[in-house]
Amino acid sequence: MSELHKALEVVKVSKSFHDPVTVKVLKEVSLDLARGEFVSITGKSGCGKSTLLYILSTMDTDYEGELRIDGEATRQAGQARLARIRNEKIGFVFQFHYLLTEFSVLHNVMLPGLKLGRISKAEVEHRAMELLKELEIGDQAMKMANQISGGQKQRVAIARALINDPLIIMGDEPTGNLDSRNSEIVFEIFQRIASEHKRSLLIVTHDPDFAARTDRIIEMDDGRVVEART
Amino acid sequence: MRLLIDIAVTLLRAKLRQSIIAAVGVMFSIAMFVTLLGFMNGLNQLLDGLILNRTPHVRLYNELKVSDQQPIDLVHSSGTPISDGGPYNIIRSVKPKDELPRLRNAQAIMDVLAKDERVLAVSPKLVAQVLFNVGTTDLTGQINGIDVLKEVRYYMFTDYLVQGEPYDLATGNNTIVLGKGLADLMEARIGDLVQVTTATGDRSMLRVVGFFQTGIADYDKVQCYANIKTVQKLLARPGSYYTDINVKLHDLALAPAMAKEMTARFGVQAVDIQTANAQFETGSDVRNIISYAVGIVLLIVAGFGIYNILNMMIYEKLDAIAILKATGFNGSDVQRIFLLLSIIIGVVGGLGGLIGGFALQKLIDHVPFVTEALPTITTYPIDYSLQYYIIAVTFALLTTWVAGWFPARKASQVDPVEIIRGK
Repeated sequence: MSELHKALEVVKVSKSFHDPVTVKVLKEVSLDLARGEFVSITGKSGCGKSTLLYILSTMDTDYEGELRIDGEATRQAGQARLARIRNEKIGFVFQFHYLLTEFSVLHNVMLPGLKLGRISKAEVEHRAMELLKELEIGDQAMKMANQISGGQKQRVAIARALINDPLIIMGDEPTGNLDSRNSEIVFEIFQRIASEHKRSLLIVTHDPDFAARTDRIIEMDDGRVVEART
Repeated sequence: MRLLIDIAVTLLRAKLRQSIIAAVGVMFSIAMFVTLLGFMNGLNQLLDGLILNRTPHVRLYNELKVSDQQPIDLVHSSGTPISDGGPYNIIRSVKPKDELPRLRNAQAIMDVLAKDERVLAVSPKLVAQVLFNVGTTDLTGQINGIDVLKEVRYYMFTDYLVQGEPYDLATGNNTIVLGKGLADLMEARIGDLVQVTTATGDRSMLRVVGFFQTGIADYDKVQCYANIKTVQKLLARPGSYYTDINVKLHDLALAPAMAKEMTARFGVQAVDIQTANAQFETGSDVRNIISYAVGIVLLIVAGFGIYNILNMMIYEKLDAIAILKATGFNGSDVQRIFLLLSIIIGVVGGLGGLIGGFALQKLIDHVPFVTEALPTITTYPIDYSLQYYIIAVTFALLTTWVAGWFPARKASQVDPVEIIRGK
């Protein structure tokens, strides 16, 4: 990881949906994200903010323009390389938790770490346990993923996103399904990740209060970035 | 890879019921496949054995026939062939000359054959047509003079001996084993003396030491066996008098070629087993084709079961596939996970099927099967050949692999964005 690169650079990214008629949903969007920066993307429903996030996540490869993650251009990379980038450099938190119900809480957190294979299984387990404790759900580690509450599930999902110590955490309405108390907890966790762990965060949100407390707000409208406030 | 196996096993455990049903499907078809083929082939071997066990691979004999060249041909012959318009002689009602149906130089032929590497065993035989005198009537019969010890060793003689010991026949003088059908007609018991008249009118008394039954009624009413020395004495012939030489080869397939070679070399008639019993191979082949076809159909049905269950599992696990992909598992990892699911089901079901198949075979092997035609058989025959187990396992793995491959490919192509945005 070179300190010279920005965590994320987006240069004139455009995307169209072709079914049933061609609609341009992103129009030459450019933005970048520094290390340790906590940024939120807001905007009305259908303004393209989620579409943008999934392009940035490397899962959607059908777009025009340039995307660089940690200085590496992703357009030319194959599927296997993109999977590796997601595994190593990006952590996701979605509106829905997407935990595997067949696995224990601990195992869910461990899976991306085991896939990366950089450290031994015992070390991955240790790190997962540390993360769960840090998020105050260490006592739930051995339960199955469907036996814990909604707020706890979202915290497990955050622990899973952090297991490989990624460069960027991306969130798609991570507090959308949570009550205000749990939203507050999640927000505080995000803030701590940015300030203490020096990770970049890019969170799509509807919640103006949530957005207001981040370092920078990127507001989108009709497929364009209309305003970037700090 | 261990991680992928781990995930596959966990997914299987979560769907234990369905997984077991799929594995039982494979197990059932493998068990049936193994049992069916073992049973079918056991029967094949039994039926073929009825004739083939007792038939030499090549039989040498001397057929009495008219000479190709009559004396007049030696005197009146221009040397021009008939086809070129040469003169020819016409003789009607030519009869074979007065000659014994013996094999000339039999001992020398046997010595040569015994040294041949392709030959497993050579045994002489002497066949005599006789009449059995029972009270005032006579029954026709045929006494086969045999080398008893070789017959026991190479032609399963003991399997067809329903009463008596082959040893008594080998060592005794003037002893005979009667066909069961003939013995019943004569009401003969072991130890009885029977009177025999040969074609030349000589009479002898022979002591009954056993009964012989092949299951072919016409055969059992006529055929009898005796020591070859006894038959030579009965016919008043010397110790080198044989009518047949039976040859058993290491490889049955060589018989037709060997028969031709022997005819040319020794100047005797030779008939091979394929020519003598052409119908057997055909029957066995057809039965084999049917059992393989049924077995493979069973496996394919099991394959469809696996295909269905995996497809359902993929629809239920779309979320899991999406998140695995989002967190860095690529398409081929996902494909491998689902392929592993299928192969685990195949391996577990296959192994269970082999054990089940073996148990079923054992069970059939103990079911009583008594028939007049087959005196030495008491239970259904089973062929426990390893090859059926190997074929079954190969096919099981192949079908589960194919059945798993298509759903696994589908899973690998799931677009995570579509799933996650759909929520």
